[in-house]
Amino acid sequence: MLSRVLDSLYWMSRYFERADNASRVLKATYGLILNPAKFSTEERWFRAVSSLAPGAAPSRVDPQRALFLLVADPEGEFSIVKCISGARENARQVREEISSEMWEHLNTLFHDVTGFELQPDDDAGAMRVVSLVREGSYRFNGITAGTLNHDEAWHFIQLGKYMERACNLCVLLDAYFLVDKHADDLDWVGLLSSCAAFEGYCKACTAELKPERIANFLLLKPEFPYSVRYSLDRMYEALNAISDLSLSHRTERVERLIGRLRSMVAYVQVDEIIAGLNKYLAAIIEQCRELHSAVHELYIEYPIEVAFPN
Amino acid sequence: MWSIRTSKPETERGRIALKGSANDEGATDRARVSTLAQTNGAATANLDAEHKEGHNEQHNSCVNSRLRLAIALRTTSPMMRIAFPEHPFAVRETSTAIMIIDTDVSDRSGAETLRQYELNGAYDEMFRAADHPRKQYRHLYNLLLSLGPGELRRSKHEADQSFFNQGITFTVYGHDKGTERIFPHDLLPRIITAAEWERIERGLTQRITALNLFLKDIYHEGKIIEDGVVPGKIVYTCKHYRREMRDIKVPHDVYITVVGTDLIRNPEGNFVVLEDNLRVPSGVSYMLTSRGVMKQIFPGLFQKCRVRPIEQYSQALLSTLRFLAPEGRSDPTVVLLTPGAYNSAYFEHAYLARQMGIELVEGRDLVVHDNVVYMRTTFGLRRVDVIYRRIDDDYLDPLVFESGSVLGAVGLFNAYRAGNIAFANALGTGVADDKAIYAYVPKIIRYYLDQDPILESVETLLMSDRAQRDHVCQRLAEYVVKAVGESGGYGMLIGPHSTEQERSEFREKINAQPRNYIAQPAINLSTAPCFVDGAIEPRHVDLRPYLLYGEKITITPGGLTRVALRKGSLVVNSSQGGGSKDTWVLQN
Repeated sequence: MLSRVLDSLYWMSRYFERADNASRVLKATYGLILNPAKFSTEERWFRAVSSLAPGAAPSRVDPQRALFLLVADPEGEFSIVKCISGARENARQVREEISSEMWEHLNTLFHDVTGFELQPDDDAGAMRVVSLVREGSYRFNGITAGTLNHDEAWHFIQLGKYMERACNLCVLLDAYFLVDKHADDLDWVGLLSSCAAFEGYCKACTAELKPERIANFLLLKPEFPYSVRYSLDRMYEALNAISDLSLSHRTERVERLIGRLRSMVAYVQVDEIIAGLNKYLAAIIEQCRELHSAVHELYIEYPIEVAFPN
Repeated sequence: MWSIRTSKPETERGRIALKGSANDEGATDRARVSTLAQTNGAATANLDAEHKEGHNEQHNSCVNSRLRLAIALRTTSPMMRIAFPEHPFAVRETSTAIMIIDTDVSDRSGAETLRQYELNGAYDEMFRAADHPRKQYRHLYNLLLSLGPGELRRSKHEADQSFFNQGITFTVYGHDKGTERIFPHDLLPRIITAAEWERIERGLTQRITALNLFLKDIYHEGKIIEDGVVPGKIVYTCKHYRREMRDIKVPHDVYITVVGTDLIRNPEGNFVVLEDNLRVPSGVSYMLTSRGVMKQIFPGLFQKCRVRPIEQYSQALLSTLRFLAPEGRSDPTVVLLTPGAYNSAYFEHAYLARQMGIELVEGRDLVVHDNVVYMRTTFGLRRVDVIYRRIDDDYLDPLVFESGSVLGAVGLFNAYRAGNIAFANALGTGVADDKAIYAYVPKIIRYYLDQDPILESVETLLMSDRAQRDHVCQRLAEYVVKAVGESGGYGMLIGPHSTEQERSEFREKINAQPRNYIAQPAINLSTAPCFVDGAIEPRHVDLRPYLLYGEKITITPGGLTRVALRKGSLVVNSSQGGGSKDTWVLQN
């Protein structure tokens, strides 16, 4: 397949997952701040903002505007509406390569979320957008799995999705464990619901909320779809499948990077990392970034000298 | 890891894509769409997404009428939420348009819808005289008489829905929201008899053979100029003449692989050539897809009429393209080069690529190395042999042509010159569909083939000729004046429908650049019955058959019948409020 096409599919998938992640986090955060805060509401918003719009990390978060900024800010790069637009725009470039069901669904979702014309003080409206994206993303994932050939394009879509998920999870965990001194039980519920993990956690570890167990569950649990370990395993599978299909001889670097990354979560125990958790998370993110560039260089923007047909 | 894929290059590319498509003319030309009006009785309005000067008023009135529609809908149909922010095209792309059509049209039976049909002096495709259908239309006529109230409207709705669901749309530029519209089409087929078609086929084959020989000649020896049949001045001053093509050998001497010639029928009932489209003719996807829809809607009628199939077009196109492959390439790779998703004809590009099973590439997918063209795939570089390009000459190679273009690829022309790649169509073919050259086509046919032209041309007066210019300038109201290099119905004055001010403007333009204009007597195009506003009324039509020139010339029996959906209008271009009809060519 054409490199440009796969690049678009990869980014469609990443943007979509980003919107999906933001919708989960915002739903959970909004649920949290409705409760009287033991500490401060600002802190809760700060966590959401710093996990969804990193880099911009403002010293002070205006709770009145935070929700609007994260949902519909036309300027912000990270708002849900922007992410859905990004996904749709990438899909539009390669419309003939995805199934028409996928396109129709994504397009409709785009028109639904952009159609609100949200005002900054309209919390209810913002939360409606959030639920639209929640519903929409489950459906989109189902439609994609059900209607697209599971070939190269599919594997690139998977790669994008889980790359994005792994990174999002790390950033989110980082935000919660950075301020863990102030976290109460409600906050931990918030973290778990941000990863759609509350029920899963209770089943596996009972409702006893212990930071260490939560970190273990969200980082190292291979069976839970919103864990870092699960995401890296899927990336590994996708990369293997792509490399099998492409018959490329230059996959060594990518293989080494994904292998190392996986071993970071596959062969550790939570008590070994909990003390230096922030460093550990930063290392995972850094390695994901490296892997991303390696994949890009191998399949998308390769130098032409290495790629002439024999 | 918070990488953001920057979207800026995409939008820039989009803007250039607009430019690049200016001549991808014909059925899908540009952004103006006639909306809704043909069936709900509202005044037809053009949405001009490019905000061309002089269209703003129309544009605004359209915004208002859309607003009203949107508001009306909001009150009548609470189930449907309409996104209607700052932009006029932002009506949601669901079946909104179709829903509007459905209201307010009183149900009439088939016989009643035909009652108001008035013949107006033009040749009518269906009726010899009032209530007397031509033989080939008898089945259709009987079907219409037998239809109960509202049946036509329901069929129309079904057809619209089908177009919409299949995504048979074209792009409206201007905003990143809601930018696809269905192509306006008419429900009733246009029927052509076997005898009529046979003549068209012979005539077009003759004409295109001659024009191809003409191209070969003017880019090599130039005998026709030496012999004084066509003045060299006209050839060399043509906007689309490519000096770079001199002495380049094109594969099998085929310059024009894909042709969509526009025919009209004059009041005597004869088909006449109006325009040759030898660069990047478009619209064939509408021919193919609307046939599918028509078979769904009128299965019985279709079978009774014994219509010749057109579905083989994609295979024929592929084998024609493969025929062009450079020698020694036994299993050639063919690709379709598109300006990208922002081009108005993108649907057609994607459709044809999918139908042929070939890669749809953009300029940035191509790499030229050592005069060989490759495309970037995840498996590495793959050699390309034939490019079916849907981009104008100007944008193909920044080294040779428009240097700011990012639609093509650097080095393509050198690869072409080296014979390592074939283009369909060849470069520089625009000189043969120049409207001034058009006046010489009968002579060109006689010169190369020593035959009389089978299909007539429209009498054409060259404004570069002093006497002819004076004659026309005094009688502008009787003529249609066209700019020679334009297409898609732009740069045109329709004398009988013009105002004194428009005429004096054109007089000035003509005198300023005489070579740039030609004039033709206004011809009353034939009319065909169309289902408009719940009634069947005559509308003017033309015909664009699609011809492929490979090992031999093949013409798909059918084509795109374009309809001027505005009452009385003679302009059939989709950019000017035109729509289409399925064209049925009957078996003998």
